[in-house]
Amino acid sequence: MDLGIQNVSKAFGATAALRDISLAIHAGELIALLGPSGSGKTTLLRLIAGLESPTAGQVFFGDEEASGKPIQQRQVGFVFQHYALFRHMTVLENVSFGLSVRPRESRPPKREIEMRAMDLINMVQLTGLERRYPAQLSGGQRQRVALARAMAIEPKVLLLDEPFGALDAQVRKDLRHWLREIHDRTGHTTVFVTHDQEEALELADRVVVMNEGQIEQVGSPDEVYDHPAAPFVHRFIGEASELPVHLGQGQIWLGGQPTGLASDQIGLALLFFRPHQIELVDDGSPCLVGKIIASRRMAGTRRLDLLVGSGGHHVEVDVPIDHPAGQQDMLTFRPKVWTLFPENEDEAGVRRKEAREARVVYPRNRSAGPLRQYEPSCS
Amino acid sequence: MTATVQSSRWHFREPGVIPGFRLTFGFAVCYLSLVILIPLSGLVWHSSNLGWDAFWALASDPRTIAALKISFGSAVLAALINTVFGLVVAWVLVRYRFPGRRIVDAVVDLPFALPTAVAGIALATLYAPNGMIGAWLADFGFKVAFTPAGIVVALVFIGLPFIVRTVQPVLEEVDREIEEAAATLGASRLDIVRRVLLPGLLPAILTGFAMAMARGIGEYGSVIFIAGNIPYVSEIAPLLIVIRLEEFNYAAATAVGVVMLSISFLMLLIINLIQAWSRGRFGHG
Amino acid sequence: MADQTISIQSATAETPLVRLVLMAIAFLFLALFLFLPLVVVVSEAFRNGVGAWFQAILDPDALASIRLTLLVAAISVPLNMVFGVAAAWAIAKFEFRGKAFLITLIDLPFSVSPVISGLVYVLLFGSGSVLGPWLKGWGIEILFAVPGITLATIFVTFPFVARELIPLMQDQGSADEEAALSLGASGWQTFLHVTLPNIRWGLLYGVLLCNARAMGEFGAVSVVSGHIRGLTDTMPLHIEILYNEYNFAAAFAVASLLVGLALVTLVLKTAIERRYAD
Repeated sequence: MDLGIQNVSKAFGATAALRDISLAIHAGELIALLGPSGSGKTTLLRLIAGLESPTAGQVFFGDEEASGKPIQQRQVGFVFQHYALFRHMTVLENVSFGLSVRPRESRPPKREIEMRAMDLINMVQLTGLERRYPAQLSGGQRQRVALARAMAIEPKVLLLDEPFGALDAQVRKDLRHWLREIHDRTGHTTVFVTHDQEEALELADRVVVMNEGQIEQVGSPDEVYDHPAAPFVHRFIGEASELPVHLGQGQIWLGGQPTGLASDQIGLALLFFRPHQIELVDDGSPCLVGKIIASRRMAGTRRLDLLVGSGGHHVEVDVPIDHPAGQQDMLTFRPKVWTLFPENEDEAGVRRKEAREARVVYPRNRSAGPLRQYEPSCS
Repeated sequence: MTATVQSSRWHFREPGVIPGFRLTFGFAVCYLSLVILIPLSGLVWHSSNLGWDAFWALASDPRTIAALKISFGSAVLAALINTVFGLVVAWVLVRYRFPGRRIVDAVVDLPFALPTAVAGIALATLYAPNGMIGAWLADFGFKVAFTPAGIVVALVFIGLPFIVRTVQPVLEEVDREIEEAAATLGASRLDIVRRVLLPGLLPAILTGFAMAMARGIGEYGSVIFIAGNIPYVSEIAPLLIVIRLEEFNYAAATAVGVVMLSISFLMLLIINLIQAWSRGRFGHG
Repeated sequence: MADQTISIQSATAETPLVRLVLMAIAFLFLALFLFLPLVVVVSEAFRNGVGAWFQAILDPDALASIRLTLLVAAISVPLNMVFGVAAAWAIAKFEFRGKAFLITLIDLPFSVSPVISGLVYVLLFGSGSVLGPWLKGWGIEILFAVPGITLATIFVTFPFVARELIPLMQDQGSADEEAALSLGASGWQTFLHVTLPNIRWGLLYGVLLCNARAMGEFGAVSVVSGHIRGLTDTMPLHIEILYNEYNFAAAFAVASLLVGLALVTLVLKTAIERRYAD
């Protein structure tokens, strides 16, 4: 079922948790609401479920406006962060609960309820544990009970609040794959909340990046990673190094020095790049020069802390582990992929509104195009 | 090798760095033995001196049986009444915010703090046929003071905090998410209370019930003023012990005492079992 | 807008009507069983005016009973306090066999009828026992005298302090004490400067409840006291005597003092609970 969120705002007392949010979710999609704590992602999820009512705006289930509908009739499967299992009920009783509280006329017979619950318990791979109590299960098992319980009511949408937040790293990974599989098999429209970007990128069809009660960007994992629409998105997803630069004469300049990166824009800007998306420059062509202040071994690379330019801006870059740069004092390099944002866009939410309107002013640069022009002189 | 030898050696206490175990443990156990254990075992020893037949004759004396029945019956009834109203009080105190809530909350402990004799004369005065409540009830033909109903009234007073104070913390800990989860699964408010909340409170309710009942069976001070103390009608077992002692009939007093002590141990066992059961199953006490 | 607010509330809260009914039931019940008895005691105590109240309190037998009650509490409360701290220290700071059993034994007096608490001392020190006549030969009276009353009071108030401190000290663990010891403090210094400040509110709480029960105990004391006016009557026993003599005003006057004690206890208890919460 399609979900529509139209101009929804939510305030708790004087604090605004959501500011004028609009979002369309298509039937069968797996959507991640990604953001730091306090970004409003959980509030949005609870609004869809009907656990909160919006201060303004509407929520649509298909073509139907849902805000007047009591939560009991919304048929949303909600998986709570701490599972909220009924601890005095066995696994089987937990999963059967939704069917057994239906009004008499629509309630399936007892045998059928049990059969359907057992099917779900088998599906979440808890066969044999149906007589256990929640206290006798591991965290990962409880999570799966919670999912089976939510799916038992044949929900129109499945909503998961930080579904893996309370689990160990390994269990988390396993459950992630497993949730994706279940989604592909059952085809429920699914929305989950997470603050873990890796989880969002790996699992979701589309990622909704939220910050301070607003949506920063909606897009596929590739889009939000490779084409971040705002400095916040670039910083929040993946690793980011940033430098204040100015643009002119077809180039990007740092503190009066040319960087060897092309841009046809003019004015002040922030240059963003990822530590691993750089190339080392040793032919004397224009590039960034950094003083190495620390060198750390990461898993597959060596991470260098640099002070770049006359302003001594701190950035991080990755070099191969056996590269001699690890032993040097200075490093000359150039980002292979970068993104520019107008300087005024970065004042942490203060002028976010105008920044949003100005977002399209600078076209995003990719290594493929402009950088190639410098290749001859660089290598 | 040494490690296995050490770990398999029997330790009365696990080794640690903190001092004072011998002193505190020794003092605690000596004091406990002197004040509680030796006197209590004296009671058991006395009754075993009676011999089984004599003991049985004393314990099965009709007046003793009647007194035990009255104590037991009124304790159960009072605990039931307290379960219903104690649950309502705990619910109101935990879930609702109203001015003076802290005062009401503090007043619940009054039966713990108010001497039983004071409670006894106050309740007797209130529920006497010429008392504030008694006169009103008399208009409807009810007589409370100086009847078995009076015993129940006194035991309701005594037992109320047990239910409220065992249920309250558990109810406070109930996560709102539990109720929200039930609601998203389609449960109505009544379903949520009946099928999700109350069963979760059951161990606490049972514990509170058992504690209120145990206290009720043994209660003396608040009851004797209001009960009327008519043998076979409103004479409670503790009073019978006192009467036998005043008659210097130590054997009969001992027999009743041992029966009551056994009931106490049984109640203590039941309370511990409820808690062990609840811990094992739900992972909390 | 209005109906959607109600629908969302009804998932986790009652309708206003149900709420009102529940609150009414709770208040009525508490008023009937807890508040009215207090009102009755105070109103009966002052029924004949403040002068009569003073006269009842200043009666020599009443004063003797107040003195005895204070004396008994002054002996039994500190003893049980020392026991409570020692038992909690042994139980919370060490692991040893049979700990759960020891805790159950400490709780025992709570589930024993107060009359039985008195009875056991009558059997132990009574004329039919071995100990009683032997002590009497040395001129020591236990039963129907102050020592017996004190012993019975200790029995019934035995668990209060330990009961408060054991869970509190178990929660706090031993890390603070281990830190103090590693810094060179002696065991006694550790207790005084580290443990005691940590448990002081819990200790005060336990002492408060212990004291309230010690001053108000009736059943156990009644069995061992012998009811000798002016000599072995505590305040609760004196109330009983006055009440049975139909001297209601005097009985309620003495009772009003104990109501005052109960109210002070509740106020202090609430104040301590607030400190706890901070």
